[in-house]
Amino acid sequence: MRLTRLVPILVVIIIGLIILGGTLYTVDQTQQVIITQFGEPIGKPITKAGLYLKKPFIQKVNYFEKRLLAWDGLPTQVPTKDKRYIWVDATARWRIVDPLKFLQTVGNERTALGRLDDIIDSATRNKITSHLLYELVRNSEREFVETEVSLEIEEKIGKVKYGREEISRSILEEASRLVPGFGIELADVRIKRLNYVERVREGVYARMIAERKRVAEQYRSEGQGKKAEIEGMREKELQRITSEAYRRAQEITGKADAEATKIYAGAYSKDPEFYSFLKTLDTYKGTLNKDTWLLLTSESDFYKYLKSISPEKASKKR
Amino acid sequence: MAYEEGDEVKFPMPLSKKTIGWGILGIVLIIILISLFYTIGPEEVGVIKRWGRFVRTTEPGLHFKIPFAETVTKVRVKHIFKGEFGFRTLRAGVETIYAPERFEEESLMLTGDLNVAVVEWIVQYRIKDPIDYLFKVRDVQKTIGDLSESAMRQIVGDRSVDEVLTVGRIEVALETQEKLQQILDTYDVGIQVTTVKLKDVNPPDPVKDSFNEVNVAKQDRETTINQAWEAYNKVIPRAKGEAEKTISQAEGYAVNRVNRAMGDANKFVAVWKEYQMAKDVTKRRLYLETLGEILPKIGRTYILDVDQKGVLPLLSLAEKGGE
Repeated sequence: MRLTRLVPILVVIIIGLIILGGTLYTVDQTQQVIITQFGEPIGKPITKAGLYLKKPFIQKVNYFEKRLLAWDGLPTQVPTKDKRYIWVDATARWRIVDPLKFLQTVGNERTALGRLDDIIDSATRNKITSHLLYELVRNSEREFVETEVSLEIEEKIGKVKYGREEISRSILEEASRLVPGFGIELADVRIKRLNYVERVREGVYARMIAERKRVAEQYRSEGQGKKAEIEGMREKELQRITSEAYRRAQEITGKADAEATKIYAGAYSKDPEFYSFLKTLDTYKGTLNKDTWLLLTSESDFYKYLKSISPEKASKKR
Repeated sequence: MAYEEGDEVKFPMPLSKKTIGWGILGIVLIIILISLFYTIGPEEVGVIKRWGRFVRTTEPGLHFKIPFAETVTKVRVKHIFKGEFGFRTLRAGVETIYAPERFEEESLMLTGDLNVAVVEWIVQYRIKDPIDYLFKVRDVQKTIGDLSESAMRQIVGDRSVDEVLTVGRIEVALETQEKLQQILDTYDVGIQVTTVKLKDVNPPDPVKDSFNEVNVAKQDRETTINQAWEAYNKVIPRAKGEAEKTISQAEGYAVNRVNRAMGDANKFVAVWKEYQMAKDVTKRRLYLETLGEILPKIGRTYILDVDQKGVLPLLSLAEKGGE
């Protein structure tokens, strides 16, 4: 076989392949297609995946995404209805529902995202400025769970009439009215992030610090109060214990004294004279000592015998 | 062409044309063979499209497909994917290393009492439906990220800062998971959220100190109270003991007093009984016995004769007068 004979065959094959390549095209499961002929859309959009034919060279395949797409806006600074400046960062899901209109109005995804920026941003801005901050933050009227640190909330939180989800829904509603013109459907718009702008944040931090300081002071004074309470209790308890003991002791000793008195009286009343005689003698033993000078006359009962053994004589003289 | 017929004969290349032919055929066959078979890993599922259209899924193993027409996308259905919010893991391990920078734009959020908290969390998910996963939503990972932030903020927005920081952590994680799953399901994204877990939850840096101060103050309170109780316990039990002592002493006194009284009384009665028998003599005896006992102890005893007068002035009553 001569190579010179091979060349035309190869050329024919290559040309055939090029024509075939220009004729056949596949549509992926995730895509939808619009055929244009010299820029003019031909027929209906192809949304079913598979292998298709077209006229080579003159017809062009325009692929569009069929899946849900993401839109992520830039954070924007917006004042709320109560004039609090916040950063809002929204996120959205969208899809191309009418590729023909999409092709005619925006052409490609990048342009579409730009349009969505404008539409969603302005809808978000509108809704944020017409709601109070706490309505944007909160979603329900759920009561906060009591924690150990319970602060009175400085800012009065009113009724949560709308809540974040409701406001998100209204942003979606407003933005959805404008997008069908671009062959787009908005599936969802959500507030992704929401934050105080730096200047406001500083004020909020200062408030938080003040709140904490107050709580700390409260704890400290609670401690001091409790301490004073315990000290008072200690003092009271001490007084009670000592006085009770004193009372009991006095009662016991008093009773004993009374009983002793009764016993003594019972015995001594049998003969009071004899008792005083005995007791007096006893007292002599206790009170007289070496420092005592005793002057007794010879008439005394003890010494009377010193002068006379006749007691009568001595006593008579008295 | 510069070739002559004779050149071909001269050079012994009898297989040249065949070689080229077989060579080309061989290469084509190899390409076909390669594109004929494919393997699916143990944690994957193969999603097969023919001319772009989904036809079937295949399980792990070696499989056959139509070359050129069919394409395989491998989806890791058993793998648990993880998204990190507010922090990044640089290298996981026994000692996990985290990226030093903060991702405050992700983690800073408003709480329901209009305070600010820094919440870091992870989301773990797996692909529950590879077909939905591939064909329903394009940027699945970004979608999960966006929605998880949105869901977390919504849940935190309904709680006070203290709740988020302390008792509400588990609840916040659970509700966020629920919320995230609920939103994802509305998109048919084919994702199952397996875990939402809060990592660090903190007050923002500028207010951290004051939050710590609260903890310190709480400690202070406990300390002060404990000290007061300590002082209480130092005094009261002792006072109780002393009270017992006082009472016991009184009781001792009482017993002593009564016993002595009884002893004295009994003694008196006994003596008195005997005295009854011989009054006069007993009295004298007792008197004389007593004097006999005390007189030796007395410093000086003067005996005056009543019949002698004027002795008294002789006596110097001064101490030395007697010497």
